[in-house]
Parts: sequence; structure tokens; C-alpha cells
Amino acid sequence: MKSNAIKYILALTFLLFAALFAISIGSVYVPIMDIIKIVGREAFNLPIGSDVESMYVSIVYDIRLPRVILAGLVGASLAIAGAAFQGLLRNPLAEPYILGVSSGASVGAVSTLFFGISLPVIGIYTLPFLSILTALATILIVLYFARKIDRTMRVETIILTGIIFSSFLGAFISLIIALTGDELQQIIGWLLGSVSMRGWKYVGIILPFFILGSLLLLLNAKELNAMSLGEERAQHLGVDVEKRKLLILLAGSVLTGAAVAVSGTIGFVGLVIPHLTRKLWGPDHTHLLPLSMMIGAGFLILTDLLSRTIISPQVLPVGVITALVGAPVFAFILIRQRKES
Amino acid sequence: MLIVENASGGYTGEEVVKDISFSVEKGEFFGILGPNGSGKTTLLKMISGLLNLDKGKIKIDGKSIGAYSKKELAKRIAVLPQLSPQVFPYTVKEMVSLGRYAHHSGLFQKWTKQDEEIVQKVMKQTNIQDFQNTSVMEHSGGEQQRIFLAQALVQNPQILLLDEPTNHLDLAYQKELLDLLRKSARNEGLTVIAILHDLNLASLYCDRLLLMEDGKARAIENPDEVLSEELIKHVYRTEVIKQPHSRVAKPQLHLMPGKRDEKLAKDIYINESQLSISREKIVLQAETPLKTVSSGVVGSGFGWYKNFVNRHVDETYYCVDHRKEMREYLSEKGFRPNQTVGMMTAVNLEDNSYGEYQGDGFSVMVVVTAGIGAAVDGTKSKPIVGPVNAGTINTWIFINGNLTEEAFIQSIITATEAKAQVLREMGIKDKKTNTVATGTPTDSILIAATQQGKKLDYAGTATELGAIIGKAVYEEMKQAILNYQKRKATAKSNGSIG
Repeated sequence: MKSNAIKYILALTFLLFAALFAISIGSVYVPIMDIIKIVGREAFNLPIGSDVESMYVSIVYDIRLPRVILAGLVGASLAIAGAAFQGLLRNPLAEPYILGVSSGASVGAVSTLFFGISLPVIGIYTLPFLSILTALATILIVLYFARKIDRTMRVETIILTGIIFSSFLGAFISLIIALTGDELQQIIGWLLGSVSMRGWKYVGIILPFFILGSLLLLLNAKELNAMSLGEERAQHLGVDVEKRKLLILLAGSVLTGAAVAVSGTIGFVGLVIPHLTRKLWGPDHTHLLPLSMMIGAGFLILTDLLSRTIISPQVLPVGVITALVGAPVFAFILIRQRKES
Repeated sequence: MLIVENASGGYTGEEVVKDISFSVEKGEFFGILGPNGSGKTTLLKMISGLLNLDKGKIKIDGKSIGAYSKKELAKRIAVLPQLSPQVFPYTVKEMVSLGRYAHHSGLFQKWTKQDEEIVQKVMKQTNIQDFQNTSVMEHSGGEQQRIFLAQALVQNPQILLLDEPTNHLDLAYQKELLDLLRKSARNEGLTVIAILHDLNLASLYCDRLLLMEDGKARAIENPDEVLSEELIKHVYRTEVIKQPHSRVAKPQLHLMPGKRDEKLAKDIYINESQLSISREKIVLQAETPLKTVSSGVVGSGFGWYKNFVNRHVDETYYCVDHRKEMREYLSEKGFRPNQTVGMMTAVNLEDNSYGEYQGDGFSVMVVVTAGIGAAVDGTKSKPIVGPVNAGTINTWIFINGNLTEEAFIQSIITATEAKAQVLREMGIKDKKTNTVATGTPTDSILIAATQQGKKLDYAGTATELGAIIGKAVYEEMKQAILNYQKRKATAKSNGSIG
């Protein structure tokens, strides 16, 4: 029990410091004390911070805070979705990006933009809604094909199927881009993954899906433990596998779809963070899921900070950095796994 | 407890299990046997609820398994899976604790004291408590099997299903696992249903067996009935030989290896050329082992032996552990004790008598050494306390033929009758009772057959083999005693003791 508390304290501290750093650092430096005062006043109506410069308030509250929160939500979504996919598929290499779920969500998002679709009633949620729908469809199709190829659904088969679908969907997206012509730079920038210049509106878009998806997964943590031993084993232990599997896939797709809708495809966060968290604090999903969320949020906040400071004033898409870090880690895990088996 | 009624089913479009019915009682150890592809695993998956039935019913406590929720079913049936590679490094305790899943209802139910108690109890029982905080991945197959057994047992099931639980386990772990399961069945009333590959293990541990063939039940009975040579030959298309276990009242099946290359197989024939006689020992060395039944000091009972040694010992020979001393003697003389039948006698070995007797398609060679100084009437004798070391009658009978076990036993009867007749005819008496003697207190006998050539089913006195054994023992026994008496007489007249 005590050691569990320490895990959470460490993870929360990391997240908090990452957030404070990211808000503080940039073209204009904002002292950390001022940030605390601003947040205290703006968010909680505390009678403090009246002495803080109004420019700081604007930078923190209108620009950096929403950006950091968005990065945190996206990072947390991708990390918990990755952890859940890995447990469900008994495969430490499973990840929304590698499984093609991210590409699927992108197709939904790009199509929405390209055809200018706006569904009645849900309005601004059309984009995340369609992203989630195509994400879910993709994972179901990938798993269906993987099972067709190889009944036992080996690790390699699922990854290969995911890669095939990723390429296919990627080509589809390229086709749409080619047809678009104008705003090329913007769409490509979006595709590479970015949380810049999104504002509070995007936080509002992702938040309901984030809460729904992560709550669903957290409630299925015990089932994920059982299913990480294999579906048959889980059923023998008393898990209603068909129902739980669908719930988990749905939740994972909701999280991925919403993340892609607000930030484009950011790869490898879902792979690296759960893997790292598991290495640090064990594979028990009741702790792995929430801890992965905190570490994932902190990680993407820091990566985003790096992306906007490294070649300042130019902004690098954050997906570029996660891929630069993530792909070698993926290769490393693959090699180690091959050696073990 | 568990009732299977006309169950049929399998995978889509293929009926693997066909109309099987049986019931298993509480606390029973029930084995499922059958060749590969006979539907054992499918049947087990149907019982565990993984596969739906096409026809029929499976009931636990009178209620169809389909009517139970997944959790309720998991509280009643647990499954020990076949070993599969682990992906995530759960600790042993975490892994075992997953077995409590079905006992937790609601979303936020906490780990209770009762959960902890049962987990600790089962880990102790399965002997994994000491490494409960290590990663499952670090452990050997045998230990992982115990971890998963513990996981299944903390489900607190009434029925435990196992699919070839001893696969990939070495001998000690196989026995340990099955012993543990049987103990749980006997002491805690756990019903065990196991698919077993090893027919002999199934025989030793199971109360009843279901033998499956092509998805149907071929037999459901106790091991003695199911493991019959005919049934196993029919279902597995393999010749087996059924024998009783030497310590437990259960049958064991022996495989017959395929016939060896005819050119390599040697014909052996036992005759006096293999016999060597000295003052110290009489030895017969066969090229290949002979099937033997004997009362020797070493190599007694039924067995296959190559060397036969009748050793002369002093009349005062006494040794607390004469078996051990005899084995040491044999090793010293270059005979492997495990391949040798060894006897002892204080008789002068030069007084032996032997001879070969031809039958129709078989032959018999008899070697006798006889001392009658301590002859007794077996119908009036009393147990002797302390060392017995007088002259004795050792009878060897070698048969170039293929005997049944009955024939071996009848050979002993026939030979003993012939011996008694010789003593009676020669008027040899028990000095204490002054009645006709039937033998000496330490007589030994050996029947050894090449198990080649003519099949000899019986050796009673009404058969040709029996007649020849009777005649041969009679002749050689008489000659050996005459030799013995002659020497004694000469020794007396010479005034010396030989």
C-alpha cells in the first residue's frame, strides 16, 4: 500500500513540474510563482495575483495553459489507450499508432475537413465523432484480418496487419491532401501532430471523450489483468470476455480518435509510456493505467515544450519528436523480445 | 455434481464431440483419455463454458452451465491451462490473486482479509509461498504450472479441469502435481477432471476413465476395465501389454517396441557349452537376457537376466546383509548384479549334475547341486531361528522355448514334485521327525527361458514340457544326491571331512 502511494506521488510530481516548466518557458519567461497566482485567481477565484502583469496573465491563461492542458490530455489519452491495447492483445508492442488506429482516426478527421461535413446536433463534435468512428472501425478490421491470417493472432501478425492498414490509410490521406491543393502546409502540420494554436476550444472538444474513455478503461483494469493472460484464461477466471473486449476496444478508440481529432497523429507515446511505466512500477493494470496517464501527460507536455523551443521561433510538430524518440525504442523492444522468445 | 447429457458440439460446421453422456461425483478424480483428435480438449472446453453445445446439456448442481453467469461459473469450475509463454512480468502473488476475480462483485470491491487468507493458504499448499514477490517469468515450467494451479485453486472451485497438466513437466513435478490434485480430491472434495496423455499415470491416479474415440465415448469405467489390451489396441491402434503395478493394485500398460531387424536379432540357444563349473562357482552366461523367475539371493522374482551364478560358500558363512555381500561378490567377479541371478550353497560344486533333454521344438537343460545334510519334511517343519547354513538343493532349469507366465509357475510346481519324489525314493529322512524329507530349508529354484522359438503355454505334468521338466529334474537330482552321498561315504572312510 505504502509503495503504491509513493508511485502516485512520484508520477503526480513529475506531471506537475512538467506543466509548470512548460507554462513558464517560452519566448517570454513567466516566473513560476506568477503562474500559481494566475491559475489560482483565474481558475479558483482566489484573491491573489492582482500584482501580476496583465501580459503574463494573457500569455499563461490564453496561450500556454490551454496548450499544456491539451498536450497533457492527448498524452494521457494515448498512454492509457496504449496500455489497454497492450494488455488486451497480450502484446507490449501494441499501440494505437502501430495498430493503424491513429491512421483510421486521421482518415475520419481529414474526410470531415475535406468534405466539410458537419453533422446536426453534435456540431463542433463532428470531427472527433467521425475520428472515433473510423478509429473503432479500423481496429475491428485490423483484428478481423489478423485473425483470418493466423487464428492464434501472434504478435507479428497483428503488427504486420496494422502496418498494412496504416500504409493503406496513409495513402488515402495523401490522396485527399493532393486533391486539396491549398492549405497544404496546415494539413500536413496537423497530420504530423501538434497541439499548438488550439486554445480552450480544443480542450473542450477532447475533454468529454477523455473522461468517458479513461473512466471506461479504469473500470476495466481488473478485467485487463485477466485478459493479459489470454482470452480463454480470462473467461476461465470469470471475465465476460466478449463484452469487456468490446468495451475496452471502444474506449481505446474513443481516446485515440479524440486525441487525433485535436492534435493529429502523434505516434509512439502509447508504446513508450506504458512500457516504461510497467518497467518502473509493474504490470498490474489497476495502477498501470492511471500511472501511465500521468506519465504520458507529463511526457507530451515536455515534448511539446521541446518542439516549440528547440528551433525557436520555428515550431516543430510534436509528432516528429515523439517519432524520433519512439521508433528507436520500438526497435529496441522488438529486438529484446525476439531474443527472449 | 457434474452431469453431461448427450453432449455434441465443436467448432462451426464441424461436430467434434458426438453424443457423450457421463456424470462425475464430488471428490472424484476423473480422467479423459483418447488419441490425438478424438475430441478430448473440445469436450473440456464445452464443460468449461468456452464452447457452446450444439446438442445436449451439461449441468452443475442440476443447473445448466449456460444458465450461470461467467462469474458464477468461475466460482464453480476452474481450469488449469496448458503452459503458455508469459508476456507481462506479474509477480507470483499478483498472478495467484487474479484467481479471486470471480469473487469480487461491484466496481470498487476491495481486497478483503478473506481473499488474502485463501491466497496465502493456497500458495503454501502449492509450495510457491516463498517466492510470491518474484516475477512469474523468472520461474521454470514446473513452478509456473504450480503458480497457475494456485490461481485456479483460489477460485475456490468445486470442479477443476485440467488439459494435459503434466505436459512438459519432468518426472518429479508430474508426480508432485498429481499427488496434490488427488489430495485435494480426497480431503477437500474437489472434483478433478483431467485430460491425460500418459495411460499409466491415468491408471495410477484416476478413479474412473473416459476413453474417447472419434468424438464418441468408447468406454467409461474404472482403469482396470478401460485399460484393457483389446480396447487400447483398438482405439490407439497400438499393441500394449497389460501388467499389474508391482506395488499398487492398478494396471500398467507396456508398449511393445517394433520388431527389430531380423538380421540383427540373434537366435540364442542355451546348452552346456555356456556352462562353466569350478570349485568356487557354477556359472552360466547367456548372450542375451533370459526371462527368469527365481528365488535367488540376487535377482529374485520375475526379471530378465544374462548371468546365472551358483556360488560356493563355506559352511560357516554368515553375513547380516547377505544380499549386499552377494552383490559385492558378483561385481568383484565381473558380473553386473542387475543382470545376474545369484545363489549360494555350501555343497561341493563338483557334485553337481546336469543334462540336456530334447522336446518337440524345444529343449530343457537342468543343473542341480544338492546337499541333504539338513533335509526336512516340509509338512512337519518348524521355523528355524538364527542362521541356516547347511547344504541346500539348488535347481536351475533352462528352457529353449517361449513360455507364458503360467508355464513358468507350473514349471516350478513340476520341478518341486520331481524333487520330492527323488527324496522319497532314495529314502532320505528328516532327522528330527524321522519321516521322509521333502527338501532342505533353503532350497532355491530358477526357471529361465529364451522366449524364442516354440510357444509353450503350459508346463503342468500333463504337457510335453511338464513331462520333460519332471524327468530331467528327477534324473539330475538323483545323480547329484548320489554324487553327494558318494563323497560323504569316501570322506568318512578316509577319516577326513570334505
